[in-house]
Amino acid sequence: MDGAIQQQDTRGEAQREAVIRVRHLRNQFGPQVVHDDLNLDVWRGEVLGIVGGSGTGKSVLLRTIVGLNKPAAGSIEVLGVDVLNGPEADRRRIEKRWGVAFQDGALFSSLTVLQNVMAPLREHTGLSESLMRALGSLKISLVGLPQLSCGKFPSELSGGMRKRAALARALALDPEIVFLDEPTAGLDPIGAAAYDDLIGELQQALGLTVFMVTHDLDSLYAICDRVAVLAEKRVLVEGPIDEMTKVDHPWVQEYFTGPRARAAQQKGHDR
Amino acid sequence: MTQPSIALEQVNDALRIAVSGEMVTQSLESVEKGFRALHPDAKRIVFDLSGLGSLDTGGAWLICDLARRASAAGATVTYENVTATQSALLETVAQNIAAEIPAEAPPRGFVPWLESLGRRTVGAGRDTASMLSFLGLTLHRLARTLVMPWRLRRAALVSQMEETGLKALPIVALMGFLIGVVLAFQGATQLKQFGAEIFVVELISISVLRELGVLLTAIIVAGRSGSAFTASIGSMKVQEEIDAMQTLGLDPIEVLVVPRVLALLIMLPILGFVADMAGLFGGALMSWIDLGVSPGMFVTRLKENTDVWHLAVGLIKAPFFAVVIAVIACWQAMQVKGSSQSVGQRTTSSVVQAIFMVIAIDALFSIFFSEVGV
Repeated sequence: MDGAIQQQDTRGEAQREAVIRVRHLRNQFGPQVVHDDLNLDVWRGEVLGIVGGSGTGKSVLLRTIVGLNKPAAGSIEVLGVDVLNGPEADRRRIEKRWGVAFQDGALFSSLTVLQNVMAPLREHTGLSESLMRALGSLKISLVGLPQLSCGKFPSELSGGMRKRAALARALALDPEIVFLDEPTAGLDPIGAAAYDDLIGELQQALGLTVFMVTHDLDSLYAICDRVAVLAEKRVLVEGPIDEMTKVDHPWVQEYFTGPRARAAQQKGHDR
Repeated sequence: MTQPSIALEQVNDALRIAVSGEMVTQSLESVEKGFRALHPDAKRIVFDLSGLGSLDTGGAWLICDLARRASAAGATVTYENVTATQSALLETVAQNIAAEIPAEAPPRGFVPWLESLGRRTVGAGRDTASMLSFLGLTLHRLARTLVMPWRLRRAALVSQMEETGLKALPIVALMGFLIGVVLAFQGATQLKQFGAEIFVVELISISVLRELGVLLTAIIVAGRSGSAFTASIGSMKVQEEIDAMQTLGLDPIEVLVVPRVLALLIMLPILGFVADMAGLFGGALMSWIDLGVSPGMFVTRLKENTDVWHLAVGLIKAPFFAVVIAVIACWQAMQVKGSSQSVGQRTTSSVVQAIFMVIAIDALFSIFFSEVGV
């Protein structure tokens, strides 16, 4: 079964463009090896969900790709640029073409929501103040926050609103790739479903590539084109979620055929 | 990357607006003014997007904004040569475009100023009341700890004593020594004019023992430990650790404040004493070098003319300073709200307030002691 999925993945490779290419990645904290010989491709325009048990290094993988964590070995290419060893100027250029929304938002607490969203524009473009405000407020509206929240500070927002504001900031420069770390963790089911829809819509409208670390089976079924399972220090399997149930691995079986998965699958098909 | 551009053409009654190039946020700078200065009054407006490279929400916003303003002026707007993705994006942006972007500028003028003055005055009053009630609460918990000593967190107390006391010893001793040196040096130049060099002993001993030793120690401790108290407890407040403690049935005052207040209560007099001794030593050394007052003479003179009361008058103040510094620091920490910026602001005000209160209390003590005549 494993082989069948691999085969299917390589079939369309000629047409697909890999925006992220991770090769032989090795991450190590002291004696603890988190990733060993990890390979992963993310194709342009897809929503990729990264799943795995706690401590399998999902967030570490995300942090490594965006350059917040230096791996022990391996290579990472994002949009054709070697982010680990490439020239500093290339790296800086790449940073404008991706957006990262952290788990708890990581909004700048001393700035209002609008100022948070405007911060990347201010830094990387020469637009006029009024246009930056307009674009900031557009992004805030796009992620489904009321205009009233523009002038609020992050501490005045609820957890779900903070996540949306973080997404608005990640989208500020209209990036090609968006990294989301547990986007629906801590949201109520209705809020989480709305957030899933939002990501799906934005991905369609803006043509985004979404790299999403998640535990939320509903999200996986609702919006992810492909799923990559991290286990045994590498990407154990990757492929469309419907094929995950056929994978012969105890953890994958338990994850994708457990009662929660079946419920989520049902919901995903109902949509 | 092709720079975006805009070209206008009047065809019959219609205005054709040809948009070309890369209409993406990063390159909008060059066309922004052109777009926003445009106020078309034609009846029909046609956007020709045939030359468009790529489009993102930024570029779409400029087009939609222009279309919105034109429609508001009564024109019909149509798009030509637009791909499905572009049209979907334009639609999404058009739906989310905000007519009014909320202004952020604070109101100005006399009345708002008066209002903010009033707010601050009331706020200052409330702060004072809140701080006094916090002081009361702390004193109550301290008293309870005296009656029930087993409730005291000994590990926390010892570690705070090490942090605020032991680790401050070198800096406090050095400061005291230098104060002694400076006093001797400055005093010597003045006293030499009268041939009264020997009085340098009284100058040093009385000023260091009564005032400077303890006062400057308190100021150093306020800057060193007061800020640490506010920052550490304040960060805990931001992380909701204080709330967690309360739900676990732990009293934050007993767990966090009492060990810190007690640690300063014990260590500040000791630090003050060390500063006094170091000051006397520095003064004696300088007098010997500069004025030729031998150490033996210095000690004899000290014993004869400087009453031990001077030392007591200085050290009596230390516990008061300790309570003031610790209580202000912990109270400020409890006022931290929400953001990490608030921790920084509260730490600053904690140090400023503590130093001010230390000096104010020192002045009150000076008046009190001179009235009672010691």
